[in-house]
Amino acid sequence: MTKLLNILALVAKYGGLLVTLPIWLPFWIIWFIFEKTGINRLIANFMIATGLYLTFKNLFRKPLRLGLTCFAIMIAFLIFSVVTTLKTALNAGVELSADNRLVVVNSINFTQPLPYAYVNKVKAIEGVKDVVHMNWFGGYFQEPSQQIVTMAVDPENYLKVYEEVVIDDEARARWFGNRRGMLIGRALATAFGWKVGDLIPMSSNIFSNREGGHVWEMEVSGIFDGRDEQFGTNFAVFHYKYFMETQTFGGDWVGWLTLTTADPALNEKVAKAIDEEFSNSQAQTDTSTEKAFNKAFIEQIGNIGLMIFGIVFTAFFTILLVVGNTMILAIRERTGEIATLKTLGFSARSIFGMILTESMLLAFIGGFAGLGLAYVMVEGAKTFLAQFLPGLVLSDAVAMQAIGFMVLLGLVTGLVPALNAYRLNIVTAFSRR
Amino acid sequence: MTTDILFDLKGVKKSFTRGKETIKIFDGLDMQIKQGDFLAIMGPSGSGKTTLLNMLGGVDQPSSGEVWFDGARIDSLSEGQLSKWRANNIGFIFQFYNLMPMLNAARNVELPLLLTNLSAKQRKQSVETALQLVELADRAAHLPKELSGGQQQRVAIARAIVSDPKLLLCDEPTGDLDRHTADEILEMLQLLNEKFGKTIVMVTHDPSAASYAKRTLHLDKGEFVEKDLAA
Ligand SMILES: Nc1ncnc2c1ncn2[C@@H]1O[C@H](COP(=O)(O)OP(=O)(O)O)[C@@H](O)[C@H]1O
Ligand SMILES: [Mg+2]
Repeated sequence: MTKLLNILALVAKYGGLLVTLPIWLPFWIIWFIFEKTGINRLIANFMIATGLYLTFKNLFRKPLRLGLTCFAIMIAFLIFSVVTTLKTALNAGVELSADNRLVVVNSINFTQPLPYAYVNKVKAIEGVKDVVHMNWFGGYFQEPSQQIVTMAVDPENYLKVYEEVVIDDEARARWFGNRRGMLIGRALATAFGWKVGDLIPMSSNIFSNREGGHVWEMEVSGIFDGRDEQFGTNFAVFHYKYFMETQTFGGDWVGWLTLTTADPALNEKVAKAIDEEFSNSQAQTDTSTEKAFNKAFIEQIGNIGLMIFGIVFTAFFTILLVVGNTMILAIRERTGEIATLKTLGFSARSIFGMILTESMLLAFIGGFAGLGLAYVMVEGAKTFLAQFLPGLVLSDAVAMQAIGFMVLLGLVTGLVPALNAYRLNIVTAFSRR
Repeated sequence: MTTDILFDLKGVKKSFTRGKETIKIFDGLDMQIKQGDFLAIMGPSGSGKTTLLNMLGGVDQPSSGEVWFDGARIDSLSEGQLSKWRANNIGFIFQFYNLMPMLNAARNVELPLLLTNLSAKQRKQSVETALQLVELADRAAHLPKELSGGQQQRVAIARAIVSDPKLLLCDEPTGDLDRHTADEILEMLQLLNEKFGKTIVMVTHDPSAASYAKRTLHLDKGEFVEKDLAA
């Protein structure tokens, strides 16, 4: 079993070494600079003062092994941090949904329309505060590949229901007063370089207009921000009236309704009342909280949570094996030295501490390198991905989780060798040689 | 209570169990070592020399019997207590030097002092003194692999004396060295015994090494035997 592990560790090490040369090269350069400038001597002096000198020397006794192990740990924490951040961003829509917001869709499925008359009927139901109706426009700019999430809404009620959409009073007035006016999010404005007053030809990949084309001319009335950093501002909203009067599909219909209740405690009652109200109508409804709705939507993309868990778990487990095995081998090589230290009068407990500290340091050096790299990558991808994946930030929560795992990794990989060293008997250790 | 008897072994028995069989090494050994003695213990391989030294050094404990050191029993101390006792009283010198390969000579010598309350400055002072005594002050920054066997053993001697223990225990200290280097090391031990009053117990199977000691005991099958050393 250990033999198999050793072989696996070797393959992982040297295979990884070749493939990933560009990434770990910086470690070498840092090490080299440390060595040449005497920074490592500075660290060493600090370690002497704090009694950690031996630990430090042991950690750095084989720079190649240290580099490879740190690299493996770094990759694990890079994967962990990036993947968890992605997951958080994907779920941001779910997490940020207001607690008192409900979505009313056609019970057949959410792409089927609802009659316009439902708006007022829903509004009349007890416990309902504000209602906005929304239509999916299927928008893009110039090329179908440049998709833009665009919805036709009732402006006043939209801003009442979506309090996260932050906009100044001037822009609000401008939008309400301009039939062709459109509100765009900050991320969208940045991505396309649009300013207030710009005339934008928005195309639809679903609808055609009465002039025989797919293009609606709209004017940017304002640029909104999100109340929280994680609220995605990569979409646009425009007047329902303008849309209805110009499209050829006809009829008095809306895509779905979003409403707020007076109190989240009323959610269930209100949802039930709405669905009952229309249970004998032609279009029956399905009302759920926005949270549940968004979650169901994301789950259609694939079971993201499970997938992510799988990746992270596999990466972690592999690293754990490699690091744990390396530590055990490294300590076993030092059997004679540990026996000598014990003979000189170093207590079993202090040697236990030294080895555990060493594995902790290892986990922290590699872990923080991975976390740092993840931060750089996420920051780099943030503006680039703002269009598709808003709210991409490496949150404190993710960082804290990563640090928690570093502690865990250090403990788990250090515990076995530290215990072995603790229990090492001087007489047998020397007579074994 | 202090007498001039440093070690007093009374009816020491020691046996090892290996699987089902029990190997009896000592079956009631009595022995006294005086303060300031330089004792050589000789005997064929497997006669129990190392085992005896281990018991003197508090590294191993007798199966029964008593080991007294400077008027106090040490055979009943706990492992933690023995660890402290060793740090305070004993300097060890091994056949294969047992230096830490990643530490330079000075750092190796400093090791026992890490267990004391001395400041970094005081430690540095003591290390320098010890290295001067073994005539290696100019090699303080060298790693063990950069030193010859004899030099490494001198570093090990410096390490053994740096905390100024009463007793030095040496297990075949010259077993890995050539004649000439061995003589240098043995002269050094003699100096430590005569000028600095260190009590030394040295295990060896080399008669000429034993000739540096004040007296020699011969161990055979777990007992001291008289042997005529016709000069
Ligand atoms: N830890 C141990 N377990 C079992 N037997 C041992 C152990 N240590 C020593 N012995 C046995 O005890 C005997 C004496 O060993 P030792 O004291 O090392 O002899 P010497 O140093 O005189 O060569 C040998 O037969 C050896 O095999
Ligand atoms: Mg021996």
